[in-house]
This record gives sequence, C-alpha cells and structure tokens, in this order.
Amino acid sequence: MSFDWGIILTNWKFLIIQGLLGFGAFGGGTLRLAIPAIVLGFILGTIIGLCRLAHRPWIHYPAVLYVEFFRGVPLVMVIFWFWFIIPQITGQRLPEYTVALTAFVVFEAAYLGEIVRAGIQSVPRGQVEAATAGGLSYGHTMLHVVLPQAIRNMIPSLVTQFIVLFKDTSLASIIGMMDLTKAAQTVSQREIRPFEMYLFIAVVYWICTYSMSRFSQWLEIRMSPERAPTRRAALREAARAATA
Amino acid sequence: MPLSGFLGIQYDFQWSVLWTGEHGRWLLQGIWTTLRLSVLAWIIAWLLGILSGALRTVPFAPLRALATCYVEFFRNVPLLVWLFFWYFGAPQFFPQAIQDWFNLHGPEFWSAVVGLSVYHGARMSEVIRAGIQSIPKTLLEASVATGLSVGQAYRLIIIPIALRLIVPPATNESLNLLKNSSLALTIGVAELTFMSRQIETYTAKAFEALTAGTLIYLVLCVGIASVMGQVERNFRIPGLIARVGRAEH
Repeated sequence: MSFDWGIILTNWKFLIIQGLLGFGAFGGGTLRLAIPAIVLGFILGTIIGLCRLAHRPWIHYPAVLYVEFFRGVPLVMVIFWFWFIIPQITGQRLPEYTVALTAFVVFEAAYLGEIVRAGIQSVPRGQVEAATAGGLSYGHTMLHVVLPQAIRNMIPSLVTQFIVLFKDTSLASIIGMMDLTKAAQTVSQREIRPFEMYLFIAVVYWICTYSMSRFSQWLEIRMSPERAPTRRAALREAARAATA
Repeated sequence: MPLSGFLGIQYDFQWSVLWTGEHGRWLLQGIWTTLRLSVLAWIIAWLLGILSGALRTVPFAPLRALATCYVEFFRNVPLLVWLFFWYFGAPQFFPQAIQDWFNLHGPEFWSAVVGLSVYHGARMSEVIRAGIQSIPKTLLEASVATGLSVGQAYRLIIIPIALRLIVPPATNESLNLLKNSSLALTIGVAELTFMSRQIETYTAKAFEALTAGTLIYLVLCVGIASVMGQVERNFRIPGLIARVGRAEH
C-alpha cells in the first residue's frame, strides 16, 4: 500500500479555509461553529449555574433537572432532536448550521453551568459576608467580589470544557454541516484516500486542542496567586498604595 | 392531543410505533449492541489506561515518551475522526488474516470497539494518573515508618485509598464512554441511536422514536451513576477523602 500525501496539498484550501475556518460556498466551518457556541453556551451556562445556586425551589429544581437531563444523554441524540423534530412540528427544515449551533449551546450549557456553580461555590462564604457587612448590595457583591474570584477558579475547567466543545463540533458533520470532518469525508470519498485524510485532520484537530490546553496550563500558573510573581508584585504594590 | 393543541402545533402522537411490528425488537437489539460495545470497549480502555499509566512512570525515557504521545494524541482528537480512521483508513494496513477476521465478524462493530477503547484508554490513563498523583508521597513514607514493607504499604494503604479516589472520575468517564458509543452509528453499527433513527425513518414519528432512545440512555446513565454513588458512599473513609475534581470530559 502506497501513500499519497500530495492530496493534502491539492485539497488544503477546501479542508482548511472551508472546513476549519468556514469561509466558502458551503457555510459551516469548525471554528465558525465553535466560537459562537462557546460564547452563547457560556452565557446560558452562567444563567443555569446561578439558577442552581438560587434558594427558591421553583428556580433551583428546574436548573437541576436541566443539568441532570443533558448530562445523561449523548450529544448525537440532542442534535437529532433539533434536526428531525423541528421540521415535523414547523413543517420546514432549518439550516444545518443553525441546528448544530442550537444543539451545542443547549447541550454544553449544562456542563458549563456545573463549572460556573462549582466556581462560585469555591469562593469562601466569608467574602460574601464581609462584602455585605461593608454595605454592598447583592448585585454588587456578586459583580465585584464573588464573580472575579470565581472566574479565576473556573478557568482551568472552562478551558477544558471549551476543548471538549471544540472536539464535539465534529458531530455537526453527521447532519451534513461542512466542517473539517465533513470536508475530509468528502475528499476521502472522492480520492479514496481515507488513511491520509483522516490522519491529516486528526493532526489539525490535535494542533488546535493541544495549543488550547497548553494555553490553559500557562493561564493557570499565571493566575494562581501563589505562583505568579508579577501578580504578587502587583498586589504588593496595591497594598502599599492603599496604606500610604 | 392536549399539548399540541396548547402549542398550536399539529402533531399526532402515536406512541404505539415503539412496539408495533419489528420496532420493539429493534430497540431491544439496539440496547444490547450498545451495552456489548460499551462493555467490551470499557474493559480494553481500562487495560490500555493502566498500561499507559504505568509506562508513564517507568525510569526508561523512550517508553515514557511513547505513553505520553499515545495519551496526548488520542485524547485530543475527536472520537468521530478516530472512528472514521479505524473503519475506513486503518484496516488496509493490517495483515490479511486480521482483515479477513474483521470482515467475517462485522467490521463496523470491531472498528467501533477499537476506536472507542483506544480513545477512552487515553482518557482513562489521565484519570488514573490524577488519582495516583493526588496521594501525597508522605503517605507511603509514613506507612513504611510504621513498620510496613513497601509491598504491604501499597496493598494495605496506597491502593485502597487510590481506588476510592478514582471511583468518582472513573464513573464519570465510563458514562462518557457509554454515551460516546452512540457515535458508532456513523460507521453503521446498529446500536441504540441507530435503531431510534431507523424507527424514525420507517414511521416518520421523530418525537416518539427519539424520546424512546433518549429515555433509555437517561435510565442507563442515571442508574449506573446512582449505583456508583452508593458504592462511593459505602467505601468512604470518614474525614480522610475529599472528592477529587471531576475528570476531564
């Protein structure tokens, strides 16, 4: 069996520009799906995480149910729900991109909501009490005291979840959205070179996810108060300025 | 129907499509294939996880590097890509005897087993490593100082604690494997998602067919999670162990 790595060079525009970036006649695109999905999923996830922390049962329990439901169901099922059921109810098919984006936001929000909740719970109770004693309202306490610390604690798990989401976008190819996986499938069917094609996109995916995980490691070290000399120096500076 | 009337939607629910004709049997077959695929892949994933986890601690650098490459490469690429790779790309490079065996015994199913177990083996390896790393070195030193031999310290102290630490993230990871087995439908394995999809194709009753599949997954996942939660509580050492962070997904 001989290899033909040349097909990567002859098809790179279709694979990278169309498949990965999403600029081309087919729409779609792995990154054009992943980035809005991450942003919208995080917004919905924050809302769900905050609802789960609420004391009122009619806010708390629906959020718990939402999270537990989506964590117990495969993503493919959720994509199929939107893909097959919306046309039956409304009588018209939505574009693949819209279906994929909706399914990802709804599904990932359950996981991101758990991360947000854990992050907020990791902030010591005394911080809230001190802020309240200092006269801050609930909103100000959340905004200026709790969330800044919570987000710092969340960053490693958030980046991990973003990597997961990025990998999961490959499932959009199942309903026919032209992402990196679908582009490779198309080329490999035409050229009958599955080995080279799938290995190539594996490397492309790997470069993206691995650099994200290295970035998260770097961020974690930089943002942890014990290990970051620049941050500690900045804090010392602030303390000195405050006492002077 | 009251719900459809309320939403102003015309949809005629026919739950009977789930058990009329062949459909009930299809669903049961789907559950059986999903479980068989998941259990097989789960066993191999554990073996690969333990093997690569152990190799990452040996004092011989090339072996360590090999294990690290395996873990980092396989877990950072989407499972779907791996399934296509193992099903369409890889078989031609295996010896003829293995290819023949593959073709005789259902190439879709066995490609899915290989894809799932190699991918989840890499992730399992990380779970095991995180569990081992969360045990402080001083615990071993303390047990040796009280007069245990190293072997006894491992058998009586380290491994019992490590297993308890690994249970929650490993359960999580096992459930991920079960849910990820649904991707096998893309290469034509007739598992649960495939079967719900097939009922939808035959009857055009998407809502009923997908609800059945979704609920079965939900029951499997919640069932396994609650059994493992009970195991975790039964074997807990009071005051000693805090939950390790959730495994990476």
